[in-house]
Amino acid sequence: MTAESTRRTRPTLPAGGSHARNWRGLGGGFLLKLALMALVNALGVSVVLSAIAAESWIILAVSVVLLVAADVIYFTRRALPLKYLFPGLVFLLAFQVFTLGYTGYVAFTNYGTGHAGSQQQAVDAALIQAERRLDDSPSYPLAVVQRGDELGFAINDDGRLRVGTAEQPLRDAGALPDSSSAPASVPGWDVVPRALLLGDAELQEQVASLRVPISADANDGSLRTREGSTAAVYRSSLVWDEQAQTITDVDSGVVYTADPSTGNFVAADGSTLPTGWIVTVGFDNFLRAFTDQRYSVPLLQVTGWTFAFAALTVFTSFALGLFLAIVFNDERVRARRVLRTLFLFPYAFPAFMSALLWRGMLNSEFGIVNDLFFFGADINWLGDPWLARLAVIWVNLWLSFPYWFLVCLGALQSLPGETLEAATIDGAGPWRRFRSITLPLLLVSTAPLAIASFAFNFNNFTIIYMLTSGGPYFTGGAAQLGATDLLISAIYKISGVAGGTADYGLASALSIIVFLVIGAISALAFRQTRKLEEIQS
Amino acid sequence: MRSKLIGLGAIAAVSALALAGCSGTPSEDDDAPAAGEIVIWTDAEREAAITAAAEKFEEETGATVTLVQKNFEDLRADFIAQVPTGEGPDITVGAHDWLGALVTAGVVDTIDLGDKASSFEPVALEAMTYDGQLYALPYSLETIALIQNVDLVGTEAPATWDDLIARGTAAGTERPFVINTNGETGDGYTMYGFQTSFGAPVFVQDETGSYTNEVGMGGAAGEAFASWLGANGANGTGILSTTIDYDTNNTLFNEGKVPYTIQGPWAISAFPDVNVVVNPIPSAGGQDAAPFVGVQGFYLSSQSKNKLLAQEFLVNYLGTEDAQRALYEADPRIPAWTSLAEEVSSDPIIAGFVASSKNGVPMPSIPEMGKVWDFWNAAESQIISGADPVSTWNQMITDLTAALAG
Repeated sequence: MTAESTRRTRPTLPAGGSHARNWRGLGGGFLLKLALMALVNALGVSVVLSAIAAESWIILAVSVVLLVAADVIYFTRRALPLKYLFPGLVFLLAFQVFTLGYTGYVAFTNYGTGHAGSQQQAVDAALIQAERRLDDSPSYPLAVVQRGDELGFAINDDGRLRVGTAEQPLRDAGALPDSSSAPASVPGWDVVPRALLLGDAELQEQVASLRVPISADANDGSLRTREGSTAAVYRSSLVWDEQAQTITDVDSGVVYTADPSTGNFVAADGSTLPTGWIVTVGFDNFLRAFTDQRYSVPLLQVTGWTFAFAALTVFTSFALGLFLAIVFNDERVRARRVLRTLFLFPYAFPAFMSALLWRGMLNSEFGIVNDLFFFGADINWLGDPWLARLAVIWVNLWLSFPYWFLVCLGALQSLPGETLEAATIDGAGPWRRFRSITLPLLLVSTAPLAIASFAFNFNNFTIIYMLTSGGPYFTGGAAQLGATDLLISAIYKISGVAGGTADYGLASALSIIVFLVIGAISALAFRQTRKLEEIQS
Repeated sequence: MRSKLIGLGAIAAVSALALAGCSGTPSEDDDAPAAGEIVIWTDAEREAAITAAAEKFEEETGATVTLVQKNFEDLRADFIAQVPTGEGPDITVGAHDWLGALVTAGVVDTIDLGDKASSFEPVALEAMTYDGQLYALPYSLETIALIQNVDLVGTEAPATWDDLIARGTAAGTERPFVINTNGETGDGYTMYGFQTSFGAPVFVQDETGSYTNEVGMGGAAGEAFASWLGANGANGTGILSTTIDYDTNNTLFNEGKVPYTIQGPWAISAFPDVNVVVNPIPSAGGQDAAPFVGVQGFYLSSQSKNKLLAQEFLVNYLGTEDAQRALYEADPRIPAWTSLAEEVSSDPIIAGFVASSKNGVPMPSIPEMGKVWDFWNAAESQIISGADPVSTWNQMITDLTAALAG
């Protein structure tokens, strides 16, 4: 197709093209576009600038590419479809592709409690944790002093002025007028004013990391200051050797070597320092989920229940919703509108509130369910594995049948009346008409929703967490999983975020497995629904 | 055409730069500020109190204090995630049982209180100490205690569990005693005072008081506690029941159907209809009942860019009686500052909780504690609902030990 013929297929456009490109006339469209694009560019440039400041090069590259693409797309005549697609593509990239990619990345690392930062940060943490104030060290009034680029400490040691630097241990420098105030002037040095010190982040960092040995023997400890006005004697038991990548405990002689495969400092006897760093661990997390008996056995049970729960929920709520829709679609039912509205109530409540309410109602001693419907019997709905599963399905049925009621009601009303009429004339009974005409036609429009509902309930964390918290628990196993745990709540428990000892790597690996399972099921199911559509055509 | 396009691009770029420039100017000043800035994460309750200390600090040093308000529940995870990226705050409010996770993640710095240490309750400093190092400035304590209905059983504290049940039964109410088991989930926290009275601590403490990662609730002492749970559960006296959750517990007590319960200060507001008195938890197993003490305080980031300033604010401004009083008034919890704790003990209810906290032990802050709760709660819940006490308890110890080893 030539450019000429393309132009001819769009006769409605003015000769100059879109209003947004046109200077003639009022030019309002163009100015609006210019203003919007200026905003977009401003946002983009500020993202670029902060990406540079934060040194996150991937974000920088992506935002530069997107910004250039936006300007090219909206200021050229070509790429008309992209003008419409671009915003959607950006959101897809930011919210879907990035999240997926990041989850994938985390799944191959050991990110979690104990592996939260870089190796340098792990070294810092080890040194911080090992440095202790000597029990008998007093607090000395302190002045931070400077000579050229060299920083030093000057302290008042009971009336004696003592000065030193990182290289030069403390030396006596004469007497002071009193024994309790920081030295006001130090011969040969400039005293750094406190306001200047506290106002300069770089200087603060230098002073906070400055250690002045109190004698030529390093084991005697060194002076450090916490807030810049007093100093005390501290001593660290660990020494970091960057060349050899080792941390040595000078008291016990134990050498901790950096292990780049696990992200820990490991000693010869296998003991490790508490703080590690993030490293990629390959497929370890995936292997752990499948091969570690402590996870794989309960996870197998959980997987089975997850499928059962999702399938049963969709099936029961669809059946009930459809049944009620057929009943209340019948013109002979009086006050249909009021009744229909009443049926929608469970749908209108927030699901987590409903689940909490049901938790109270199913209480074996105080719950209204046992009191009203079971004559006060002590049925332990949430304490028995099978009753708890039944309760979960029941509550979820109560929560989700209005959705199917609504969907089926709409679908029923759009069914072709003449087909049903023809069937009636041909002598088909109500059941036959339902089986052979209503249901197949209904399934064409509802089957994709059923698949979506299956996927949603596969990950229905809310109802499990609020109703049973996954309980009653299985005994045995390293993860405390229970009879009603779904994969998603099991992942939440295994990740340990709630308990404060998170293992994001393992949790991401498990999430990816769940994603693959749901993706596969959905793909298969959608292929099946295409067959249903053939009925219609 | 082409030249027009370039022109438009230039206009866009210039206007973009102008806009970006407006927003970018203040941040460029960060490299050479006139005075330093510290960022503090806080929750809503404490924001006002910190503001007071911050204003004084800003006045005297010329520094800027920026408060960022967050949900208390989010603080720990956000702090661990953001400090390593350099986006974290200089100081955050936090609970002491986060400490193990924070130390393991390498995101907290030690602090040095110097002479001020003697102004704080020892249990508060102990809680904020990890492996012999102090990591936070404590400011408040909380613990649970026995709460009794004065109109039903008087003010006198029962000495033992049997005494408690005898008095409760004599009161002639629906039940002699009620305790939250968090429904079917179980609640090892509330039950812990009784457990320690059998000599079964959750983790063994070493001679300095630091918790080791050795599980301490196995063996004969643990089995004795489990048997006690079973004997008072569904197959025994029925005093302990998995039908009681937090709200049911408080409703029963508030309606006068029960004379005794065990709760924390946070539940007092749920008892408007009862004339309450607060006492230490009685012993069930013969030894002292030691409930968990929780401590709140201020942590310093290990990656702080303004270490001196942050330490100065923490120790010399928040670590003063005035600031501690302001914190107490903003969010009344038992103060960790000893003289203030004594002062507020003129309120008999607070005095009761203070007395209970003196018997208490800090909740373990080692990272392993995070894995304990589910196992522990579930086993207690199962025993109370009628499972065999000793075998269920020992199975739990086995599972827990395996989970901690992995």
